[in-house]
Amino acid sequence: MDTQREIPGIFAGMLAVIRRDLLLAWKRPGDMLNPLFFFAMVSTLFPLGTGPSAEQLEFSGPGVLWVAALLAMMVSLNTLFLQDHEDGSLDQLLVSPQPLPALALGKTIAHWITSGLPLVLVTPIVAVAYRMTVDVIGVLLLTLALGTVSLSLLGAVGAALTVGLHRATALLSLLILPLAMPILIVGAGAVSLAASGEGLSGGVFFLAAYAIGALSLAPFATAAALRISNE
Amino acid sequence: MTTGRKVLTAKLSASGLSLLRGERLLIRDLDFALNPREMLLLEGKNGSGKTSLLRAMAGLLEFESGELLWDGVSVRKQRQEFHGALTWLSHRTGLKGDLTLGENLRFESGLRAQHDIDFDGVLKRLGIERLTLLPLRSLSAGQQRRVALARLLLTDAPLWLMDEPFTNLDREGRALVMELVSEHISKDGMCVMAAHQDVQIDGTVVKVNLS
Repeated sequence: MDTQREIPGIFAGMLAVIRRDLLLAWKRPGDMLNPLFFFAMVSTLFPLGTGPSAEQLEFSGPGVLWVAALLAMMVSLNTLFLQDHEDGSLDQLLVSPQPLPALALGKTIAHWITSGLPLVLVTPIVAVAYRMTVDVIGVLLLTLALGTVSLSLLGAVGAALTVGLHRATALLSLLILPLAMPILIVGAGAVSLAASGEGLSGGVFFLAAYAIGALSLAPFATAAALRISNE
Repeated sequence: MTTGRKVLTAKLSASGLSLLRGERLLIRDLDFALNPREMLLLEGKNGSGKTSLLRAMAGLLEFESGELLWDGVSVRKQRQEFHGALTWLSHRTGLKGDLTLGENLRFESGLRAQHDIDFDGVLKRLGIERLTLLPLRSLSAGQQRRVALARLLLTDAPLWLMDEPFTNLDREGRALVMELVSEHISKDGMCVMAAHQDVQIDGTVVKVNLS
């Protein structure tokens, strides 16, 4: 029995997690659609409240869409590790011979594919209602794509820290929102700048840098948080 | 060195383990040694710390003090190797109710080294070969437990950590678990089990009473 056991590589483990979570999302589409409906509802109800004048929509559009996207991501983050914690499969991930940061990154990637990506894909439809031009919608998509990646990564850390606590939605938001503020400010700012025809590369570069920073740090923080909070 | 020679040369050994849960010292100064072809049976009343001890051995909880050694080296210094050598079976199955049996077990094969064993044979042995196409949610608790047992047979990890493996199983299922453990031990395997039922295993059984 002392023969060398061939443990599947890091990427095999990460891919297994991604594949399983996508399969689960496919079998339970409700979990995936909830944040999406939330996003669509907030962003379509907003003009009804403020009045449909064209200038007002153009002025408030970037901010409203960004805030709605941020909150929709928050809604989806709660469940990231919750089910795994309850059914014991988080234990199985923790005792597997795979490096935990890789598995945590796998969970985060699956989360982005099932929450961030659909959000980015629905955005053009909603953005048209805010009288955005094609160019501005392009910038909006780019900034949202980068921003949601960062939010998934940061959110995973928060979700891992609060996994053992019940009904920790408020705590999770408190943990994540301060770190998410720069994303919101810069993201919405870049879209506004694009709408008024000014340079936007600064904002896009900032969001890209933020996403890369989060990508290199968050999986390790998530893994450490999971070890602490999964008692 | 206060620990005896037997402890130092054992495959899995513990010296001076203490475990704190909340304000309470659940386990104080526990020593044991376990070698291939042996099983460690944890006994004790409800709340005596059987599950906590097993979880701590699996690395899911931290010991307050003391050291758990695998091949004479602290498991904290070789977490990945140690995790590669163990299979964890808790009272929660760790399986996804929305996925089928095959999807669940295929997922685990991406994480762990697999035994080149015939998959259908394992399912037949556990009496779950007819359930492959159903989501686990629709199976009974006992059937789900049998699916979790497949985890033990699909990897060749030498150390089985089992927390109350008899939960939800019928008489036949309980006999099957004991048979599987006996077989595993006879093939140089090791097992640490927490149970409050009578366990009949062919092989050396070391008992530790925690109450």
